[in-house]
Amino acid sequence: MDQDKEHLLQLQEIRSLMERSTKFISLSGLSGIVAGGIALAGAAVQYWYMEKEGRYMSCIKLSQDFLLFSIANFLGILILAVLSAYYFTQKKAKKNNQSLWDASSKRLLLNLATPLASGGAFCGVLYFYGLIGLLAPASLIFYGIALVNGSNYTLRDIRNLGFAEIALGFICAFNIGYGLLFWALGFGVLHIAYGIVMYYKYDRVQE
Amino acid sequence: MKNIIQNINKAFENRIRLGVMSILMVNDWVDFNTLKELLQVTDGNLASHITALEKEEYIQVRKAFIGKKPNTSFAVSKTGRKAFQEHLDALENLINSKKQ
Repeated sequence: MDQDKEHLLQLQEIRSLMERSTKFISLSGLSGIVAGGIALAGAAVQYWYMEKEGRYMSCIKLSQDFLLFSIANFLGILILAVLSAYYFTQKKAKKNNQSLWDASSKRLLLNLATPLASGGAFCGVLYFYGLIGLLAPASLIFYGIALVNGSNYTLRDIRNLGFAEIALGFICAFNIGYGLLFWALGFGVLHIAYGIVMYYKYDRVQE
Repeated sequence: MKNIIQNINKAFENRIRLGVMSILMVNDWVDFNTLKELLQVTDGNLASHITALEKEEYIQVRKAFIGKKPNTSFAVSKTGRKAFQEHLDALENLINSKKQ
């Protein structure tokens, strides 16, 4: 009977090592919740500004000021979200005894960054041709692809989040003018929902 | 019973050797320090088990330099992959036969 236990332990050990050596499992659910909150706040600020300028739903004619404000707002959201993700992830990595910068996290970042950078560049192209209305759907779709791609190297759940973002992106593409609303749904609400699910599934048990 | 245990490979009975093989099965080349970190063992301990696996020709060794520091990486060999797979199959069979 003791031998049985030993064999079972062997199998568990094999499985855990295979996973730990290829996947970055320290992604924190909390960072999803906070990033979602930041995105919602950013979208609210943007909405408020558009209302004030009376530009909601009109995709054409962008003044210099409006553009500068939007870019600053977007960059602010991005920086805050990345910082919060970094903070919560390194905290969890410490607890998991996994280093933040190892082969698995590098692989995850590379696989996330490739579609993301392509998406960012593509949004630049869209902007260059004045296709402002397609910016929100394009960013959602490329972000979704990045998540699906990255899911091979981290917690599997990210994959479904990616599919949801892609689907939302296409719905948004047929509802141009509601870009900000869909953007808030995709980057705000979905992140929060997923963050909560992941938090309950992985983080809470370990505490 | 005898022939079920037959395929349980003695070379993998040790926890560290088993760990090294598990990691190498799913990665291309892994260097010494990464193995050490994942398995949480000392240099000497890991080195001796790696030598054992090397002798069985289950793993390949690649020595290189990063700057002036020597850097050794390991990968699983064809023989090693086959042996490990057989070991896993044997474990599986053993557990399945117990269930019945």
